[in-house]
Amino acid sequence: MAAVQGGMSDADIETDIKTEPSTDGFGNNNANDGRVLSASPGSGSSTGSNKQTAAVTPEDQQTLLAVLQFLKKNKLIESVEILRREAGLPENSLDPKATESAGAGSGGAAGIVDLEGGDVSSLLSRVTGSSSAGAQAPTKAVAEDQPDVRVVLSAYSQQGDPTLYEVYYSDLKKFIETVLDCHRAELSQVFYPLFVHMYLELVYNNHESEAKAFFEKFSGDQECYYEEDLRVLSGLTKKEHMRGNETLLDFRTSKFVLRISRDSYQLLKRHLQERQNNQIWNIIQEHLYIDIFDGMPRSKSQIDAMSGSLAGEAKREANKTKVYYGLLKEPEIELPLDDEDEEAENEEGKPKKKKPKKDSMGSKSKKQDPNAPSQNRIPLPELKDSDKLDKIMYMKEATKRIRLGSDNLPSVCFYTFLNAYQGLTAVDFTDDSSLIAGGFADSTVRVWSVTPKKLRKVKSAADLNLIDKESDDVLERIMDEKTASESKIMYGHSGPVYGISFSPDRNYLLSSSEDGTVRLWSLLTFTCLVAYKGHNYPVWDTQFSPYGYYFVSGGHDRVARLWATDHYQPLRIFSGHLADITCTRFHPNSNYVATGSSDRTIRVWDVLSGNCVRIFTGHKGPIHSLAFSPNGKFLASGATDGRVLLWDIGHGLMMGELKGHTDTIYSLRFSRDGEILASGSMDNTVRLWDVMKAFDDLETDDFTAATGHIHLQDNSQELLLGTYTTKSTPVIHLHFTRRNLLLAAGAFNP
Amino acid sequence: MAEERRQKHCSVVLPTESMKAMAESVGVGQLQEDSCVALSEEVSYRIKEIAQDALKFMHHGKRRKLTTSDIDNALKLKNVEPLYGFQSQEFIPFRFASGGGRELHFYEEKEVDLSDIINTPLPRVPLDVSLKATKEQQKVESTEPLKVVKPGQEEEGTIQGKGQGTTTPDGKGKEKGLIRLKPRSTHELSVEQQLYYKEITEACVGSCEAKRAEALQSIATDPGLYQMLPRFSTFISEGVRVNVVQNNLALLIYLMRMVKALMDNPTLYLEKYLHELIPAVVTCIVSKQLCLRPDVDNHWALRDFAARLMAQSCKTFSTTTNNIQSRITKTFTKSWLDDKTQWTTRYGCIAGLAELGPDVIKTLIIPRLAIEGARIKAVMEGPVISNIDKIGAEHVQSLLLKHCASVIAKLRSPPDNVEQYRTEYGYLGPMLCSHVMKARTQAALQAQQVNRTTLTITQPRPTLSVSQSGLSGSSGPRTPSIIKVPSSLTLMSPRPGTPSQPSPPATKYIVMATSAGAASTQQVITLSSSQSASPVTSTVPSATSTLQPLVKLEPGSGPGLTASRPLQKYIVVSLPSSASSSLETKSSVLPTSISSSSLDGGMKLERSESPGASTQSPH
Repeated sequence: MAAVQGGMSDADIETDIKTEPSTDGFGNNNANDGRVLSASPGSGSSTGSNKQTAAVTPEDQQTLLAVLQFLKKNKLIESVEILRREAGLPENSLDPKATESAGAGSGGAAGIVDLEGGDVSSLLSRVTGSSSAGAQAPTKAVAEDQPDVRVVLSAYSQQGDPTLYEVYYSDLKKFIETVLDCHRAELSQVFYPLFVHMYLELVYNNHESEAKAFFEKFSGDQECYYEEDLRVLSGLTKKEHMRGNETLLDFRTSKFVLRISRDSYQLLKRHLQERQNNQIWNIIQEHLYIDIFDGMPRSKSQIDAMSGSLAGEAKREANKTKVYYGLLKEPEIELPLDDEDEEAENEEGKPKKKKPKKDSMGSKSKKQDPNAPSQNRIPLPELKDSDKLDKIMYMKEATKRIRLGSDNLPSVCFYTFLNAYQGLTAVDFTDDSSLIAGGFADSTVRVWSVTPKKLRKVKSAADLNLIDKESDDVLERIMDEKTASESKIMYGHSGPVYGISFSPDRNYLLSSSEDGTVRLWSLLTFTCLVAYKGHNYPVWDTQFSPYGYYFVSGGHDRVARLWATDHYQPLRIFSGHLADITCTRFHPNSNYVATGSSDRTIRVWDVLSGNCVRIFTGHKGPIHSLAFSPNGKFLASGATDGRVLLWDIGHGLMMGELKGHTDTIYSLRFSRDGEILASGSMDNTVRLWDVMKAFDDLETDDFTAATGHIHLQDNSQELLLGTYTTKSTPVIHLHFTRRNLLLAAGAFNP
Repeated sequence: MAEERRQKHCSVVLPTESMKAMAESVGVGQLQEDSCVALSEEVSYRIKEIAQDALKFMHHGKRRKLTTSDIDNALKLKNVEPLYGFQSQEFIPFRFASGGGRELHFYEEKEVDLSDIINTPLPRVPLDVSLKATKEQQKVESTEPLKVVKPGQEEEGTIQGKGQGTTTPDGKGKEKGLIRLKPRSTHELSVEQQLYYKEITEACVGSCEAKRAEALQSIATDPGLYQMLPRFSTFISEGVRVNVVQNNLALLIYLMRMVKALMDNPTLYLEKYLHELIPAVVTCIVSKQLCLRPDVDNHWALRDFAARLMAQSCKTFSTTTNNIQSRITKTFTKSWLDDKTQWTTRYGCIAGLAELGPDVIKTLIIPRLAIEGARIKAVMEGPVISNIDKIGAEHVQSLLLKHCASVIAKLRSPPDNVEQYRTEYGYLGPMLCSHVMKARTQAALQAQQVNRTTLTITQPRPTLSVSQSGLSGSSGPRTPSIIKVPSSLTLMSPRPGTPSQPSPPATKYIVMATSAGAASTQQVITLSSSQSASPVTSTVPSATSTLQPLVKLEPGSGPGLTASRPLQKYIVVSLPSSASSSLETKSSVLPTSISSSSLDGGMKLERSESPGASTQSPH
């Protein structure tokens, strides 16, 4: 659904963005925005069905008829025409039924209702004039004032004998416990979604006491990593509660995905058919998506590694899209080697060695990485002179970089925020580590300079007029010495600041807040330039693209948005997560965005198309940190469960699991050469991991690569290179300087 | 396990009574039971929902504590007006009242006087956020161990620090900046403090007694000394170490008086410095030699005084974890039991033990009276080996008599038979017997003078410390001093000006000579009250004025001479009648004969010809 939507919006914007980034596509974005903002499953799916018209299987045709009826009923004649023409349906194919259903009151609405449930056959029977259904539907329609929710929930309306639910469930349980070991683990996956759906059915049909008994009897059997969801479920005991409960809506709108080998699936199917256990079979058919694969059934540990997300595992085809994870070619910058030499010669006779090295680096970057996207796949801002200077600085620093490894660990410099009174919510460093920004719960944003160079504002307009603009040091002259200070405070937000990010050129700062805005601040004037409004709910994270200009934000409204600094509307909306987006990261080549969510999945989105290209499942708690490796091939993610997972983006595979932290991981960072991963956590530690070893150790063959069934080794202890404890300071941000010194930051928590 | 937990979340619903209470608090009177049930279920569900959302805010706030602002934000998400300014000090703001068959819950709204609010001083402005960089060193020998390394200027040397690949450096040295904020021991002293320290220490060991008195007074009362405490403690322990070797009795006395003053300061807590102070004090109690001429100089007073200090610190600081008292007791007992121990040390040990209280005397000293008596006898009646030994033995004897008599008087029933005493306590028996009898008469005498009890009941023990903290507080110019103070106390107490005590008819003095045969020189001298008044009022440290009440004994001369001619050396124990009566009021604790209690409660003024020693008597 999400993908489809993205595709739609693309068609409009793609041209925009390609031709000229500075012109705005407001109109298009507006439309797009509006559609997604009302991110109701109903409207979303109806758009979805529009797209599916190409495949005209009989079932689809029936669906189409239902849609047409709905449109017609709502007087959307034009849409009916278009849809009919596209689907190639004869004009009169609809008419008799339509009139009939119109006569039956809001039969059309009922049709839609069931369409959402996906039970097309029953839908059709109702649409085609089953008067009983027609009579039933209107009453319901009156009773429910929220059509969207009603649409979703009514799928539960068919019911069996409530007392038999326990029997059904325990019968299935008995069966699964008796099957061969190799199948048991796989089939056990069915328990959780079945349990939830059966419970919800009971609740929906007002069998409160049965529902409670059912919950108490079987909730203990569920895997411990579903506990969070079970807690939400346990509170929900009445039909009225179901309305407006987001978790529930998530569960209903998305099918729970299970991966089961063909043998196991057959076994299950046979059993259910033998026992005539229709109740369960219906649920499996309607609410579960079973991704059947050929081959060996997976082991318990393999399943556990991948499961845990709100909606089951990722479908295999979800991770098949090609991802251009390579890095973009660096623009060639002529290094003023002379300066370098002068400096270096002061040290010793090193320059001779350096020169050839630099040449080799240069030649390497000239070769196009086969996995890299084309240079202009998305338009990037042109380099300014100051950017070039910065690049030169970067390369100079890079030559002095310490090569890290398991036998050469980085030193750590910890920046402690004192007197923060539990109010520090976000931290960021500039790439050259000269500035630190902190977001605070009291809505302020503060910037510190950590070099002797103080922070200065630009002079006022009147004073600027007096400056000799031809002079060489004009950039120095525009600064007002009187305002120099080590830190500056910026006011503007009206809620805690949860995300903060410097632009690569250090001229801007982004902050996202509980008040639903993302603000862009100028670090020259220390004032707010733009407030980007779009998220109506708290914005949990935001980040600048590594090339500047674009930035991404994600929040409680479950969508991530891609913005450009000169557009006040988002360019892309990435929707698909089933719960809050808690963190957002740009891929080093700026062509992709990764988002982590409370639904315990990570999604990677293509900036160009807006499609979701990867879904990673395996975390057992909300994800709070993400980091791309510098070469763009890997992704690391950390969650509240204290585990770090490593992912191969190209293959869409889990690469490793790093266990050791005991609390939420709020920060992850690869060293500049990608050898070491540093993780900082609420448990007051910084840990260093040997990720190169983790990647090397992984045993992969064609089969596992094809199916994604990774057998992870439990070698976290070998990979853990060091643990650094603070006294009482949770580590909420990490940063490697260009020379590979590790900087960490957090607020002292007495 | 998981099951239990889940059942808990499932079943928790607010009680219907809460619903009623809340309904009442907003003015809805009769709520039906059904409505209550329905409401409580709905409310429970909504509360859970809000709590779950609030948790989300807590996580994003990177905190472990859920705050009220998280709840506000969660409410905001639900488009509900947040509970602005929820600042109840208590968890449950409701108050309950019942009466007339009605139960009522309400918010307690106190009337607030605006002027109070306006007049209260503003709270301190909280400190602003600040940033502190601390470098975590991989290598101990890295170039800049504590320097704040700013990334812009980092040097390669600092980065090259190599870890051993282990977690050894982890536990320590994190957050060095924070450690630096509160260093472990010594602070840098300000210039003023340095000057003060210099003045005080110089005055304490200098030659001017007036200055010393002032300095000690300052140490005992100044509330701001804790920063200098480590330095004082070191000063004392080093001073004792040096002066013991040099047998500089006067300086040792000064230093002990400093300890005393430190202990008297209510704002100082010495526990962290006991490791330096206790050895110094113990040294002054048991050292073999404390002065150059042990046969002449009165080092016994120093031992007594130090023993009292020791007892006081045991009382104040001994805990089950540091076991100071039991450790000290063991130390004393061990060296006392040693046959080779010299008389000086023996005296110190016994004094130290005796000061620890009647229980210690009863269990440790009394059982050894016979053995000790035999030893004393050997010295006293045997061939004269050395005068020093003899003096030592005499002192031990009188010490034992002094401390044991009161305890024995309590232990034994009245008929005191000399023979019985002799069989039980050996050589010391007869003398003990007479002392015990004296203690009893004293006790009886005191029991009659009930009115005097009020005077000294505040006096926990007639030690030096009490004299300072208790009664002498009223006399401003008088300063605490080691030897003199108790006398001033006891002389003070009958002072006519004090309303609680009518001027006594006379003051008793017990004079004890330090010369040979002093054991028999104790005497009670009664002076007229007019005479007693003069030493009281003349607190000015002039030697002449003090001479008046003092009774001096010429060495070797017979007891009972009341000549007023100053002589070389004497000890005066003054015991005004009021003081003696007061002691008797305490006799439930310390039943004493006059002589023993006078030693206990009184003072010894010591004079010697040596100039250093003479300055120590401030009168």
